[in-house]
Amino acid sequence: MIKNVLEIIGEYFLFLKKVFTKPAKASEFFRKLVDEMNAMGVGSLLIVCIVAVCMGSVITTQTALQIESPWIPKWTLGFTVRTSVVMELCPTIITLLLVGNLGSRITSEIGSMRVTEQIDALEVMGINSASYLILPKIISALFVIPMLIIIAIFFALIGGYITVLITHVSSPYEFVDGLTSFFRMYDLVYVLTKTTIFAFILSSVSSFYGYRIEGGALELGKANVNGIVVSSFIILVLNLVITSIML
Amino acid sequence: MIELINVSKYFGDRQVLKSINTCFEDGKVNLIIGRSGSGKTVMMKNLIGLLAPEEGEILYNGRNFNHFTDKEKESIRSEMGMVFQGSALFDSMTIEENVMFPLTMLTSQSWSEKIDRVNFCLKRVDLEGSNNLFPAELSGGMKKRAAIARAIACNPKYLFCDEPNSGLDPKTSLLIDELIFEITHEFNITTVVNTHDINSVITIGETISFIYQGTLEWRGNKDNVLTSDNERLNDFIFAQPLTQRIRDLS
Repeated sequence: MIKNVLEIIGEYFLFLKKVFTKPAKASEFFRKLVDEMNAMGVGSLLIVCIVAVCMGSVITTQTALQIESPWIPKWTLGFTVRTSVVMELCPTIITLLLVGNLGSRITSEIGSMRVTEQIDALEVMGINSASYLILPKIISALFVIPMLIIIAIFFALIGGYITVLITHVSSPYEFVDGLTSFFRMYDLVYVLTKTTIFAFILSSVSSFYGYRIEGGALELGKANVNGIVVSSFIILVLNLVITSIML
Repeated sequence: MIELINVSKYFGDRQVLKSINTCFEDGKVNLIIGRSGSGKTVMMKNLIGLLAPEEGEILYNGRNFNHFTDKEKESIRSEMGMVFQGSALFDSMTIEENVMFPLTMLTSQSWSEKIDRVNFCLKRVDLEGSNNLFPAELSGGMKKRAAIARAIACNPKYLFCDEPNSGLDPKTSLLIDELIFEITHEFNITTVVNTHDINSVITIGETISFIYQGTLEWRGNKDNVLTSDNERLNDFIFAQPLTQRIRDLS
């Protein structure tokens, strides 16, 4: 078991070494990068916004229920919602959502190329298939996923605001006052650092599981599940580590 | 010329290729034949460098492929064309983009030069006008022809075909065989074809290497394959009732 895990870790780092080599054609690399950014960003935007609005709404309602006390200042609701959404819920929950969405798409795409010998075809042409196929995905994820998280934060706060308007659990003015109170630039640095690392794990681990498939369609399904489980596990562990180090 | 000298390949403890000695001649269609699981595909993967043999040498014009530097391997691979069993066309690209792909990645040709070459290759394999179709829109035979067009786009010195007739009807198989034969002679390519199709063996096999359980059992050509006294080869060639009948009649 431990030997297997160590072997897979070693294989992963060798895979990364193969991925991070100079692209054969810069023009082709940038064309693929733009395609990937479009597919990742535009393809995930709607689901990210919907989930973020719902999440912001629910967290506002639940927080309001917990702090119904005359001793607690009214702006606390906005402040707590903002802190929860910015620091933890959006970076982690939305990334886990993206693992299921983008991660499985990446594993399936690379895996089906492996199964149908398209990756072998690239290798025979003398093209580094890992670099050609995967480097644009990883670079694209490093830009797109933090952007999606920022958009998700914005929509989660909008969701909270709408909930306040509809349910009157707080006045809109006090809610916004809470949202804008005690804001630290460092929080944004923390969120962007965390999501960039998560984006790297999501894209590289999903690609790795797709790239190493041996066999047919059955293996593709297994690789997909393994990619999602392992990415999610690493992201949750790293979340703990990064939070302990940075906060 | 491609030579294999004492090539052995293992997967774990299992020896898949056992000291293979054979050669594939320039400007000819060289067949590797044998039953499924005999080691043909492993041998081809060793030839093109997707696998490396544990023992022995693979020589391209006298130079050992496995001693090449990465740069030299890249260079020789740009002289190779490969037709995979399942065609291996890129799903997300049109046929035109598929055929143009090696030109884009491996040459510095202008767009007009590339499109001229793509149209020439598509015309050569009888796929004129299919430029904007996607692989999913093509029949099995058309996919194989598109794969051949992609394989010859960069004027390769070596063309490798892994079971180009698999999954095709006999008529389409013959057309693919004819196409491979014509292209080999027209462009003076060293072609290596993996097959277990008896029609291919007797029509295009200018040299034939018969692999049996990982060993080279017999070497010859289409003229003497039917008259060989090698029992294992005869078991393979005359395995079908039709070929048995023809043998009995003659």
